[in-house]
Amino acid sequence: MRGKFSGWDDTIAALATPQGVGAIGVIRVSGAGSFTMVNALFPSKNLMEQASHTLHVGLLKQGAVVLDEVVLALFKGPRSYTGEDVIEISCHGSNYIQEQILQALVQQGARIAKPGEFTQRAFLNGKLDLAQAEAVADLIASNTEASKKTSIQQMRGGFSHALKDIRDQLLSFSALIELELDFSQEDVEFADRTQFFALLKEAQQKVGALLSSFALGNVIKNGVQVAIIGKPNAGKSTLLNTLLNEERAIVSDIAGTTRDTIEETLNINGILFRLVDTAGIREHTNDIIEGFGVERSLEKMRSADIVLYLFDVQTNTDADLQEITAMLQQEQIRYILVGNKADGDAGMYASKYTSAENIIYISARNKQNIATLTQALYSTTVQDATIGEQTIITNARHVAALEKIQDAITEIMQGMEQGLSGDLLSLDIKTCLHYLGEITGEITNEDQLDYIFSKFCIGK
Amino acid sequence: MFQEYDVIVVGAGHAGCEAAASAANLGSKVLLITMNMQTIAQMSCNPAMGGIAKGQIVREIDALGGYSGIVTDKSLLQFRMLNRSKGPAMWSPRAQSDRMLFAITWREMLEQTPNVDFYQDMVKSIIIENECACGVVTGLGHSIRSKAVVVTSGTFLNGIIHIGEKQFGGGRVAEKAATGITEQLIEYGFESDRLKTGTPPRVDGRSLDYTKMEEQSGDEEITGFSYLDIPKIAPNMQRSCFITYTNSTVHDILKTGFDRSPMFSGRIDGVGPRYCPSIEDKINRFSDRDRHQIFVEPEGFNTVEIYVNGFSTSLPEEVQIQALRKIDGFENAKIFRPGYAIEYDYFPPTQLKHSLETKLVKNLFFAGQVNGTTGYEEAACQGLMAGINAHQAVKNLEPLILKRSEAYIGVLIDDLISKGTDEPYRMFTSRAEYRTLLRQDNADLRLTEKSYELGLASEERMQQVAEKKEAVKKISALLKEIYIQPNEIADYLTSINSAQLSEKYKASKILLRPDVDIISLFNAVPVLKEKTKDYSKEELEQAEIQIKYERYIEKENELVQKLSGLEELIIPDNFNYDKINSLSNEALQKFKKIKPRTLGQAGRISGVNPSDVQILMVYMGR
Repeated sequence: MRGKFSGWDDTIAALATPQGVGAIGVIRVSGAGSFTMVNALFPSKNLMEQASHTLHVGLLKQGAVVLDEVVLALFKGPRSYTGEDVIEISCHGSNYIQEQILQALVQQGARIAKPGEFTQRAFLNGKLDLAQAEAVADLIASNTEASKKTSIQQMRGGFSHALKDIRDQLLSFSALIELELDFSQEDVEFADRTQFFALLKEAQQKVGALLSSFALGNVIKNGVQVAIIGKPNAGKSTLLNTLLNEERAIVSDIAGTTRDTIEETLNINGILFRLVDTAGIREHTNDIIEGFGVERSLEKMRSADIVLYLFDVQTNTDADLQEITAMLQQEQIRYILVGNKADGDAGMYASKYTSAENIIYISARNKQNIATLTQALYSTTVQDATIGEQTIITNARHVAALEKIQDAITEIMQGMEQGLSGDLLSLDIKTCLHYLGEITGEITNEDQLDYIFSKFCIGK
Repeated sequence: MFQEYDVIVVGAGHAGCEAAASAANLGSKVLLITMNMQTIAQMSCNPAMGGIAKGQIVREIDALGGYSGIVTDKSLLQFRMLNRSKGPAMWSPRAQSDRMLFAITWREMLEQTPNVDFYQDMVKSIIIENECACGVVTGLGHSIRSKAVVVTSGTFLNGIIHIGEKQFGGGRVAEKAATGITEQLIEYGFESDRLKTGTPPRVDGRSLDYTKMEEQSGDEEITGFSYLDIPKIAPNMQRSCFITYTNSTVHDILKTGFDRSPMFSGRIDGVGPRYCPSIEDKINRFSDRDRHQIFVEPEGFNTVEIYVNGFSTSLPEEVQIQALRKIDGFENAKIFRPGYAIEYDYFPPTQLKHSLETKLVKNLFFAGQVNGTTGYEEAACQGLMAGINAHQAVKNLEPLILKRSEAYIGVLIDDLISKGTDEPYRMFTSRAEYRTLLRQDNADLRLTEKSYELGLASEERMQQVAEKKEAVKKISALLKEIYIQPNEIADYLTSINSAQLSEKYKASKILLRPDVDIISLFNAVPVLKEKTKDYSKEELEQAEIQIKYERYIEKENELVQKLSGLEELIIPDNFNYDKINSLSNEALQKFKKIKPRTLGQAGRISGVNPSDVQILMVYMGR
């Protein structure tokens, strides 16, 4: 019986490293025919006789033509990434050479792999679970160091490990509830409701912590939207250029030079920031709020993770600033206040703007104090979290499941407060375990019974 | 000497009796073969039926037209509805039975069932022709032909009894073991393994001091097991059970026998149940506990024999009696029969189909302990299903298969054949994912119609179910229609410490309050009482449960709907798992062996990961 993935039995090949010129590139070949095919191109040794997990240096030749000098890494299935026979060919990093090698493999009978096909095979061969496969997809798509770290941690099961605590908590909770039900006639001591509550509370806190890590996880995966907002000619484009160290936006002293929204990315300590320089918010009025082009600016600010409010320390009054901060706070927007064109003594400005704290004074044009600003951006984003050690959720499916778990826990707690019987509570417990199962694998009633029998003397 | 039968049932315990009754009542000509006509329907262990989850099973057996519920009602010593303080899904009927009366009643009912013949002999092999069971050969050398065979051998196949260092063959103490079937079927290609169970000593009730024990009496009202109106003893006639405890002196004495215990010396290979451990096992595994509960159960109205529940043991007899006598109230105890452990053959139930027919041999059915279960109720319900399905097979009709969402029986059989078991399998409510639906109060509403359609449940039962449904509908409609004014029930609400109504409320809404029950509510509101005076208490309670727990019942129904997708994805019979090299090795082996019928069942097999099921789904083109 053939599944919907056509060509299941064939051998696939593709470049496993990014396209482009580099020192080396790796071509991966996977499938039942990988050894025969590569062997036909590798005259110096008979690969069929070599052990798995060995390296072999030699010339890759098509007939008499030398394609490249390569290193072959042999992995025999199932001990390989995909679970099939795999050979990884490390060749020189030239598009031309790689193309030649792939062509030679195709002539041997291989097929060029579709995007994600190696991972798909690994998943179907049971080498990765769904969470791991998703992490690989994230890893491939990740383009910053922090993002890669989280993906790698998830791929190694770090995420599942964090969930294990929650799983254990819920398992013992549900088992204790079942104990009351199935073994109410036994001579065992039943946990009192305060103990149940404590167990649930703990689980709830852990789920909560994981959920709140999602915001950070999302940021790591997708980048942080930073909107640079300010009155016309506050120096927004200059600041953007300074941050990027490149002359991307057109800079002039004429207000409103920026015609379109410009988005650029900036990498600070491994986190990706998407900087948006908003144009079109200039209006024909000097009123601050009106000058913002209220609706559009607000929309921009709301969709941003962080707003950099830039103002000209030469022209802006404290009252102006007060009005702005009041609005940002009312909208619950995270913001950093940046006083621009502050070439002189910072203390002087601090006494001028008494309505707000934590203003960062910079000079975008003279590149003064820019590091303080980038540091502020970074710390506002990660707050106290340590990337790489903490378990961070980046996957929307996991978040959806965790949210449902959290809802179910809340319902269980409410039920307990109403004095609901355990058999009715167990409906919400089941929901909870079901969603947990979507991430970690199921908690079965056998698990519950095992727990009970190991902890309590059952049976008259 | 023998006519050709439709169905031969081998063994006359709880499974065998139900199998014979159901096949015969459906119209099959049945021969029930037992090694001893005097021991039909023995309660080999404690004299009790029902309990949590087990009581629900007996109600299901009754709703389907089996006899266990009726027999239990006719032989009650004591009746209790357990877990009353919990939700209705947990209410579980439990009975102490008069052991001798129970067995006699069963035999009488079978003797009065047309189409059941009896024969006393030992079956030593099954006649198998063309991969189909078609009779048995007995120890006396008779070949008896039939179209189907149901094996319910209990603990008799190669049974070995252990008491201390003594060990001898036997199916129960003082009864011979059965031989032949295991060897023949292993030869044929079946797998067999050993399990262990045990039983406590029986003592002389006249030698006990009950004043040192705590009395546990029966309910004031006996609702019983059968949905039919079976005459039962008067509540004030019930016998009490008594509770006492072991102590550290008892434990110390027991420990002196550990070196001669067959459990600890390795003479017993079979695996015993974790939830029914011997007293030596309890002391060993839970050494921090300084006492264990002992439940003293009377064996009958006309005997002084007492069952010492909680003291199952295979230690030497003198250790048993010495230790017993250190228990409060047992100082002068006289022993009637010592406790013992028994090892026996079972056939891992993954070799069965949902119909309880073996995969290897057509028209051969297994039921009861031979499938690795423990408990009278578990055995009886399998016997009932095997009897029904043997009849269906003989008549070339579709088997009756109950879903996990329909009955505990469905859960039990699906668990057995999908997961197998390596310890004696007992039912718990936690094994059922749809516990709220599988209640003891609605087994008739769930199951009687199915059985009636087959021709098993009687017209009388069906009629009763139809009436109950109709009544419940009318009561519910009434409750959802009638408004109650605050002053009408002010006194009642005060009396139960419930908040007063601020305005008029629908009666159904008031019933949602946890402390309000339908009978008291009706007593408080004369108009309601008047309008419902023709309904029985059972009908009123059924309506109450359906209204009070509607939210939960609905929730579970939704879950059934949601998960029914996988249950309906049938895996073709000849599906070639070997082609899928992406399956984990364990899943591959399990799938090939168990041949799950649906993707839902595939997912329940132990050792199968969700990813294996996803892979299967991909291959099946989903």
